Amino acid sequence: MTTHAPRFWRSIPQRYNLKGTHCKRCDEYYFPPRNLCPNCRRGADLEEHTFKGTGTVITCTTIYSATEDFERMTPYHLAIIQLDEGPKVTGQIVSCPDGVKMGMRVRPVFRILGKEGERGIIYYGTKFAPMPKDEEKGPTKDSADCSGIL
Amino acid sequence: MVLGIISYGVYIPRYRIRVGEIARVWGDGDDISENLNVFEKSVPDLDEDAITIAVEAARNALARADVDPARIGAIYAGSESHPYAVKPTGTIVGQAIGSSTSFTAADFEFACKAGTAAIQACLGLVGSHLIDIGLAIGSDVSQGAPGDMLEYTAAAGGAAYLIGSDNLAAEIESFYSFTTDTPDFWRREGMPYPEHGGRFTGEPAYFKHVTSAARGLMERLGTKPEDYDYAVFHQPNGKFPIRVARKLGFTREQIAPGLVVPMIGNTYSGSCLIGLAATLDVARPGERIFVTSFGSGAGSDAFSIRVTDRIDDIRAGAPSVREYIKDAEYLDYAMYAKHKGKLRI
Repeated sequence: MTTHAPRFWRSIPQRYNLKGTHCKRCDEYYFPPRNLCPNCRRGADLEEHTFKGTGTVITCTTIYSATEDFERMTPYHLAIIQLDEGPKVTGQIVSCPDGVKMGMRVRPVFRILGKEGERGIIYYGTKFAPMPKDEEKGPTKDSADCSGIL
Repeated sequence: MVLGIISYGVYIPRYRIRVGEIARVWGDGDDISENLNVFEKSVPDLDEDAITIAVEAARNALARADVDPARIGAIYAGSESHPYAVKPTGTIVGQAIGSSTSFTAADFEFACKAGTAAIQACLGLVGSHLIDIGLAIGSDVSQGAPGDMLEYTAAAGGAAYLIGSDNLAAEIESFYSFTTDTPDFWRREGMPYPEHGGRFTGEPAYFKHVTSAARGLMERLGTKPEDYDYAVFHQPNGKFPIRVARKLGFTREQIAPGLVVPMIGNTYSGSCLIGLAATLDVARPGERIFVTSFGSGAGSDAFSIRVTDRIDDIRAGAPSVREYIKDAEYLDYAMYAKHKGKLRI
């Protein structure tokens, strides 16, 4: 059987622990990691950075008709999340039966991202869940329900 | 050299199904909840398994005591629902918690007591100065065939314990194990659901092994039930731990803080360890906890634990068992079947 194991294996640090990069010169954060800072170019001073994983939902949608690998998951929520350090990532929002809202604060959770059928490898990584109420901090924005956006 | 628990963490999925809802589908009586003393059980999300639960519990254990994961020299993960038959759960846990690459790992399996067996292995390595800290985990997304009695209790959850010799939140004074060849519950290779011996799982299995290990440890230490402030016994249902406690001379008050099965069901390898965590959540410095696990097949591990002053410093560093229990979202049987993969597409 074919496998995407090598491609997945290379991205394990990003997927498990949101490892990206930070340019110490211009203080810009990058996710996924970059070898070059587009701001500073040759003068860049890049270091590895592990993102906290907390962030704010910028926009979101609900998937009702998914590709074969994800059809058992429907309906599920996808969102673009602005991490607190700045970069935007696309991720699934779980444990959110009341729907996702723009401006919602989220935290990282460790979940199965996908499987290569019954016999192939299992991909693990980071998804996002709503922040517990007492820990909600961050930019407040007018909330808008995303469940109708399709 | 004093050995023990540096920190602990748990994870319980937020989804629940009421036992009455399962009984409604299979036409069993309304009194089944009372008969089992289990009223609801935890259900994993569609994308949760024994590995994701182990990772969340381990991250909570590290966060609770602010431990550097690079100090971990062994990761032993106990489960009877390891997602891979060949590829250790511990390898994924290690990478996900940011440990160094200088650690040994292996998956443990001993029905519901694989987690306490992992603690014993860590105690051996730490006690012989071969490693600094060991991470022992018990996590499961346990399986019960549709309509089988196991379906009323088979739940999901896990706990992780950092075992070391300094900055201890609780000292492990001693342990004692009792093991025999008793085929009370098993799952053959490649089979999706376990089989069990019905009433045979009671007296010759659970009660014989738990009481033998517990009495063996108390005899070794010269202690009595009244020397302990709390007791935790493996919780396959809500009746067995109460009955075995009474049999051994422990009171209901001693087991109350750790008796979580009525609210979350039997989390198998996580069961006894989540009960211990719930007890550590409320225990005061100097108090003693008596713990006895049980794994079908069969065996029991008994531990005598003394809580230290440090428990008050670390307790608030991660969510408590009660906080996880309170955060519940209820499913009907159809959604439960989807979550558990009982529907084949």
